[in-house]
Order: sequence, then C-alpha cells, then structure tokens
Amino acid sequence: MPEVLAKDVKKSYGALEVLKGISATVETGEVLALIGRSGSGKSTFLRCLNGLVQIDSGSIEIAGHAVQADARKLRELRRDVGMVFQSFNLFPHLSAAENVMLAPRKVLRMSKPQAWEVADRVLHLVGLDDKANAMPDQLSGGQQQRVAIARSLAMSPKVMLFDEVTSALDPELTGEVLAVLEKLASEGTTMVLVTHEMAFARRIANHVIFMHQGVIREQGKPDAVLGAPKSPELQQFLASALK
Amino acid sequence: MIIHGFGWHEFVFLLWGIPWTIGLTLIACIVGGAIGFAMAVARISRNRVLLIISVIYIQVIQGTPVLLLLFLVYYFLALYGINVQPLLAASVAMSLFGSAYFADIWRGALQSVSRHQWEAGESLALPPATTFFSIILPQAIRIAIPPTVGFIVQIVKNSSAASIIGFVELTRAGQLMNNLTFQPFQVFLSVAAIYFVICYPISWASRILEKRMQHA
Repeated sequence: MPEVLAKDVKKSYGALEVLKGISATVETGEVLALIGRSGSGKSTFLRCLNGLVQIDSGSIEIAGHAVQADARKLRELRRDVGMVFQSFNLFPHLSAAENVMLAPRKVLRMSKPQAWEVADRVLHLVGLDDKANAMPDQLSGGQQQRVAIARSLAMSPKVMLFDEVTSALDPELTGEVLAVLEKLASEGTTMVLVTHEMAFARRIANHVIFMHQGVIREQGKPDAVLGAPKSPELQQFLASALK
Repeated sequence: MIIHGFGWHEFVFLLWGIPWTIGLTLIACIVGGAIGFAMAVARISRNRVLLIISVIYIQVIQGTPVLLLLFLVYYFLALYGINVQPLLAASVAMSLFGSAYFADIWRGALQSVSRHQWEAGESLALPPATTFFSIILPQAIRIAIPPTVGFIVQIVKNSSAASIIGFVELTRAGQLMNNLTFQPFQVFLSVAAIYFVICYPISWASRILEKRMQHA
C-alpha cells in the first residue's frame, strides 16, 4: 500500500482548469519532486494532498486516510501529514519552541514537559537547539523555515509536504534548509516537494513529475527526467531554470 | 432674574456629571464590546446567515445617528410599557452604537491577520476554534488596540447625546447649570474642559500604543 496515492485528480477555479487529471504514487520512504513553471498546477496539487484545496473529482489517499470534505476527517489526516510553506507562516507572537509545541499540546494533548521534550528533539534535528526561546522576527529566513519544518515534525507525520520552501529565501540561506530536507530524506521520511532547485531534486528524489498546464507532461527517475528531457516543454523549462 | 453666578459650587455640580459620563462609556465599552466581538466574529465567519446578520447590523447602526438611537430606544421601550429609566435607555443606545464600531474595527483587525496563519493552523490539525483563539486572536488584538482606544474617545464624546433623554451626565449637567446661571460661556467652556481632561489621556494612550505597535 503506497503512502500517497492520487488518482485522476481534477480541480477548476471557475472556467480555469488547474488540474486536468493528475495521478501519482509515493511509496513509504520515497521522495517525490514536483517541478514545473508557476501556474502549472504543482502547488495546487500539493495542497490537494492535505485537503487545503478541495478537489472536484478523482481520489487521494495519503498516510492511510482518504482526502474528503469532512472537517473532522481532514483533521485526522493532517495529524499524519505535515506541510511546510514557502512563506514559513510561523506564529509571530510565539517563540520558536512555542510554535513547535502548540500542535502537540492542543491536538495530541501532550503535557507541557512532554511537549518540551518533543520541541527539544525536533529543534535539535533542524540544528536550532539554541534558538528555542527566540521570537520569529529575531530569526533569519532560513532559521524561520527550519523552525517551520520542526513544527511539522513535532507531530511525527507519516508524510511531509514541502511547498517551494526555499523560494522566499536569499540564495545563501537555501543551503541550510535543503540540508535539513536531505537529512529527512536520508532518514526515510516520505516526502512530496514542489521545488525549483533542480540539482537538489535530482539528488534526493526517487521520482520526478514535470507538470505543464495542469497535466503531467513527463515523469520518471530524476536522472532520466532531468538529465534527458524528452518533451520540448521540459527542455525549455530546464534551460530557463538553469540560467 | 439671575439668582446664581457661575462660581465654585456651580462648577462642582458639573463635576458630578463626570461619573455618569464615564459610567455610561464603560457600559458601552463592556456591553457594546461583547456584542461587537460577537458581530466581528460573525462578520468573518463562513456561515452565510451569521455573515448577513452581522453586515446588516453593522450597517444599520453605523448609519443611524446616536441621537436617533437614543430616541428609538427610549420611546420603543416605553411603547411596551416599560418604564424606562434614562440610564437604561442611554446604556442600551450607547452599547448599540459602540458595538457596531467595535465590530468593524475588530473585523478589520481579524482580517488583517494573514490567511496563511489560518492555513498553518489547519495544516497542523488544529481545530478552527484553537486556531482562532491561539493564533489569530492574539495577533488581531495587537493590531486592534490603538484604534479601539481611539474609538473610546468617540464614545465619551458621543455619550453627551444622552442628555437629550434627560440623562444627567456632563452635558446635561451643563445645560441645567446654564438654565440656572444664564452664563453659557463659563458653563459650557467648563464642560468642554472637563471632556478634554477625560479624553486627552485616552488619546495620549492611543498614540503611545500606536507607536509601540510600530516598533514591535
């Protein structure tokens, strides 16, 4: 049973069909990279995977849950599926540790000491042991994003979704975030990531999907897709991405 | 026939209006604040019925002069045989008035918290109420404090309208004293000065808070 199984997912906004039948499979411990131009539908598809965007037709199963409209069922799903955003979305009025502890406390009903232990562990994992008491605005973009990753990890999710998590960062700060993702991948975390970092995708992904105008234009092993693109769209995209 | 001049005793009489003005303001802030908060939440809710109710409520009350609110409450309650104390009518009217503006100020504050914050809460499997109270509200309160404090000054000043239904607050006390002394300049300048003494510290606090928000 794969950890993520999407079948013929379709989504329209009014007359605009953003997803025209996307199917994808991710086995446990694997990494799927979604690439494509902005507007290709890759981020929308990722957001469908945890129900932030409601699909029009098709089906998605993830971490043993079916994605459906029911709010309670969605919350159960999201316990097992973490998501990290391009814009970090840390809670600015809470310290790094409080950001991390909120969901374990409120959702998993952990005691404060238990939650502290978890915060300690995940902040250590992302290399921010010493920043537990820092407020988000005292942290660099790279550090904020690592706290956001830690915040998701605190729920011990079965699948992690990453939505262009380095796109809002200065180039010199992307490395520290990518290093964390790479570590997670090497530890066998099941991940789906939307990324513009081609070299990185090639290094850590097991499977790459190139989306174009709401369809999967090309997919396969990273070396094949990124090293020997067949379609003119992907060739063009890679040429412009490498500039 | 002038019986009294406007002297110390007359001034002290005016001072007796202060607790009523402040009391009325407090009631409007507390009761109006509670209703306003409920309306602000309804205004941002996804429930269409609640949304429509709150929009109508806010628009209608904001579109009605305070004076008219006072008349309506005063005579409406009387119509149903309730012997309306001016204090009750003034409290109800000022609470209605305050609630519509509080609702609007707080709606704006709640909406100015990025929707990404809601998404982050949702993605962490937090129930909507937890997201609201633990994430959205604390951020909205910071945004809302300066305009809220600023609006309280408006309540203080608008409470003068309650004089029209015979509620003896500061302005009504001034009117009574003027009837007695026929010295409108001394009387009403004194009244204005007292309003200023009440309102200035609040305005000042509002400015300080605003500055502090900008630095935070």
